Amino acid sequence: MLTKSRAMMSLLGGAAVLAAALTPLPALSEVESNDPIKITRHDWTGQYVTIEIMGEVLKKAGYNIEYVQADYIAQFAGLKTGDLHLAMEIWATTGQAALDEAVATGKVENLGETGMQAIEEWWYPEYMKEKCPGLPNWEALKACGEAFATPETAPKGRYLGGPVSWEGRDDERVVALDLPFEVVHAGTDGALFAELESAYQRKAPIMLWVYAPHWAPVKFKGEWVDFPKYSTECYEDASWGSNPDEKYDCGKPRGPIYKAAWVGLKDKWPGAHKIIENFKITNEDMGAMVVAVDLEGKKVADVVAAWLDANKDRWSKWLP
Amino acid sequence: MAETSITPQVDGHGSAPPTAQSWLTGHPKRVVWMAVIAAFGLFWWFGKPWAAWAFKYPSAWKWTINEQITAAMEWLMNDATFGLFTFRELTRAISAVIEVPYDIVLSLLSTGFLQGQGSQAVQIVPPLSWIAVLVTVVAVGRYVRDWKLGALLGLCFLYLVVFGQWESAMVTLSSIAIAVPLGIVAALLIGLLGYRWTWFERAITPVLDLMQTTPVFAYLVPVLVMFGFNAVSAMIATMIYATPPMVRVTILALRQVPAETVDLGTMVGCTRRQMTWKVMIPSAMPTLMVGVNQVIMLSLNMVIIASMIGAGGLGFDVLASLRSLDIGGGIESGVAIVVLAIALDRLSQAMAERTHGNRVKPAGDENLVRKHPYTVFCVAVALVTGALGFTWGEIQNYPEAWTITSGAMWSDLVRYINVNFFDELEAFKTVLLLNVLIPFKRFLLSLPWFGVVLLLGVAGYTLGRWKLAVLCIVLSLFIATVGKWDKAMITIYLCGISVLAACAIGIPIGILSAQRERLWRVVQAVIDTLQTLPSFVYLMPVIMLFRVGDFSAIIAVIVYALAPAIRYTAHGIRQVDPQLVEAGIVSGCTPFQLLTKVKLKLAFPEIMLGLNQTIMLALSMLVITSLVGTRDLGQEALIALTRARTGDGIVAGLCVAFIAIIADRLIRAGADRMRSRLGLH
Repeated sequence: MLTKSRAMMSLLGGAAVLAAALTPLPALSEVESNDPIKITRHDWTGQYVTIEIMGEVLKKAGYNIEYVQADYIAQFAGLKTGDLHLAMEIWATTGQAALDEAVATGKVENLGETGMQAIEEWWYPEYMKEKCPGLPNWEALKACGEAFATPETAPKGRYLGGPVSWEGRDDERVVALDLPFEVVHAGTDGALFAELESAYQRKAPIMLWVYAPHWAPVKFKGEWVDFPKYSTECYEDASWGSNPDEKYDCGKPRGPIYKAAWVGLKDKWPGAHKIIENFKITNEDMGAMVVAVDLEGKKVADVVAAWLDANKDRWSKWLP
Repeated sequence: MAETSITPQVDGHGSAPPTAQSWLTGHPKRVVWMAVIAAFGLFWWFGKPWAAWAFKYPSAWKWTINEQITAAMEWLMNDATFGLFTFRELTRAISAVIEVPYDIVLSLLSTGFLQGQGSQAVQIVPPLSWIAVLVTVVAVGRYVRDWKLGALLGLCFLYLVVFGQWESAMVTLSSIAIAVPLGIVAALLIGLLGYRWTWFERAITPVLDLMQTTPVFAYLVPVLVMFGFNAVSAMIATMIYATPPMVRVTILALRQVPAETVDLGTMVGCTRRQMTWKVMIPSAMPTLMVGVNQVIMLSLNMVIIASMIGAGGLGFDVLASLRSLDIGGGIESGVAIVVLAIALDRLSQAMAERTHGNRVKPAGDENLVRKHPYTVFCVAVALVTGALGFTWGEIQNYPEAWTITSGAMWSDLVRYINVNFFDELEAFKTVLLLNVLIPFKRFLLSLPWFGVVLLLGVAGYTLGRWKLAVLCIVLSLFIATVGKWDKAMITIYLCGISVLAACAIGIPIGILSAQRERLWRVVQAVIDTLQTLPSFVYLMPVIMLFRVGDFSAIIAVIVYALAPAIRYTAHGIRQVDPQLVEAGIVSGCTPFQLLTKVKLKLAFPEIMLGLNQTIMLALSMLVITSLVGTRDLGQEALIALTRARTGDGIVAGLCVAFIAIIADRLIRAGADRMRSRLGLH
């Protein structure tokens, strides 16, 4: 195969060089630099939507955009060196440690909140309400261990938590609130939702960590457990809350989703820096778009284009 | 690791005749072993009150090498300099060099030749149309061997077109088309050096072990910083994982070149260079091709992990569909990877056979079309379809409306099994979990680390004298001193159970299929598929049926590690000297005796090698199982990655590699002894 493609390669390569020499550069609008701003792309739908909205708006302002595939956590290495320029979704709930570490090096800048709030909490499908009356109040769980049990955990209930690295404090929460549950950690969120899908198909008991914005709480009917409301004292001061001897006797914090950029972005594309800082969307916007993509099977580009059409007054205010 | 082929040279004596003595007095070593194990057992039962430090490694003794490694890596990535340029500039330059051919291939197959960057880029020349690639592939098959190969390759690529995998497949193909040849050439050169100088071979062997067994997560961030966030980093990571088998095979293959061939080369007056490239390498070709096959298979195996870094392509499709629980989509993209693997493997095998044969080159006075009919034809098709593509888009890009998908069927199948058979599966799982898995895990965790280290030392001494004993003790001591003992035990528990199960399933299949040619061909196709189908594809359905936990992880590991258990057993039995089998028949063996007393005995060393490989593959699967939520060393590496602690990741990776090395050296030494006892060389 190589010998053959080599012949064509040189042929086409030659043509490309020739064409490059002949055609003039496309007309440029007035931006500070025409180098592409590299926006990182991860592997969940909501994030595609966010970067497409940001990218489209920056393009309208005349900037050159490139989407680069990068792992959610590994991207910080690239943001520090300037290989990557902009990350649009750093969740306080899962990426805070990595973000803080990166900002502390002075090479990464936190560009503020996206406007979306990450909700993370214990979640159960609606059909479990019959088996455990009193939900969503958390105190109902004290009598419901059996209802959520599996053979390995019986008589305790089974709670499927997120990956250990998400630091959900669920092991501590179970102790602090004296819940008859055993915490099992999934390794990825893929595993988390695979279990939910499986249980939902069988209408089987399940209690697990679900977060939003995500398609799961839209696709599956269910609710979050009502724990005592989170406050910083609850996580830092044992005497706070129902259990005077333990911390974490409350729900999980609801954290903002941040934007983060390579520190050099501000100097190289000051205009873009402003636009990115101004970027704001809501959980409702995001939820609707994720549903349109994941459940209605529409294309991300079409969904984003429709949103931009309908919300011109909002995004045009981001522009300087 | 390498698929070593051992040609048994049986001297006709076989094993020593059984003695009439009792099995204890006849074997003083067994007495020693009984004593050692008894001492270990006593210590395990009664030692805890007066030697608690031997059971739980005191945290005060912990060696904080992880912090030193983090600091060293930071220095290497940010400050290391050669005076004129920094270390990072050097690696970036390497990256830029590799990127040139990659960009050309990618432009040709996927993006087209572009002017400008990012979203302002303008396509100047479109990529090859799908028809042109399809025709080229068939023509290459025909050119290299025959129409049959052409048809096979054509069918493989047709799958990609029809199932809508084309764009991603071309991206994956581009990176494979650069990474595999680069890896093969590099491995060949390193292998040559290893063949020339034994000290070099000895120096690189542990490095190769590390490259193969350290989970990718451990060195992902350093690689990204050094080589940049692009497909080249993904290729480098792929090459680190995929080339070691080829290095090993190269050394082995060159050693196996018959002395007569080398003598002949000397006699006709070859220079050293001619000797290497014209005599040694061609005659080692068949064995070298085993290495090439492994490079291709392992590279495609890395496609998923590579896509996390920035390679995109099919691996990314698999990940993305599984994130939205589109099982069917995941399976289709996964099968596309398998299909690419099959096409590339068959093509490379055919090419190797071809370089063997004599080609008659046509005389020089013919015109271009006569001289290169295939090239001219393919270029013509490319140009014509390219030109027509401007008017009729279907010719350039296969229209989405024509693609088909089996996605819904797969999701429905999993749903059907889930709804109807979950209880049975659950009962089966619970029995195993409560009676086998959990007790075994508790047992391993209760063992005193100090005793285990000593026990490994004794095992090393019996099998390989002081050298092996010291190796085993030092490596296992490292695991204890860096504070990873418990995680290491969980690793051993997961891998141990999986390996036992893989052998219990794989060895009988190997025995059954070894002597039935047609069955063997089917089995071979199945295990090739199992090795290249991304484990993610079946991991999600497995989780749906068995929930998150050790059991799901073990199933995934078994499925992946089954292949070598089957392959080596079958190879071993097929290699048994037919004369010995004949002798067995003549002396009146029943078929059962023939199998147990002759064939299995002679194939034993090979089966041991298979066991060795099964362990290696099981350990390398830890990267994947950590994503299910097992709490082992693989997960330590994953957590280190998410916390940006390079040192922790590398230490966890080293622990995995050391477990692999200990297992490998002990089994190898055992197999060698067995072989010499059987009179095989």
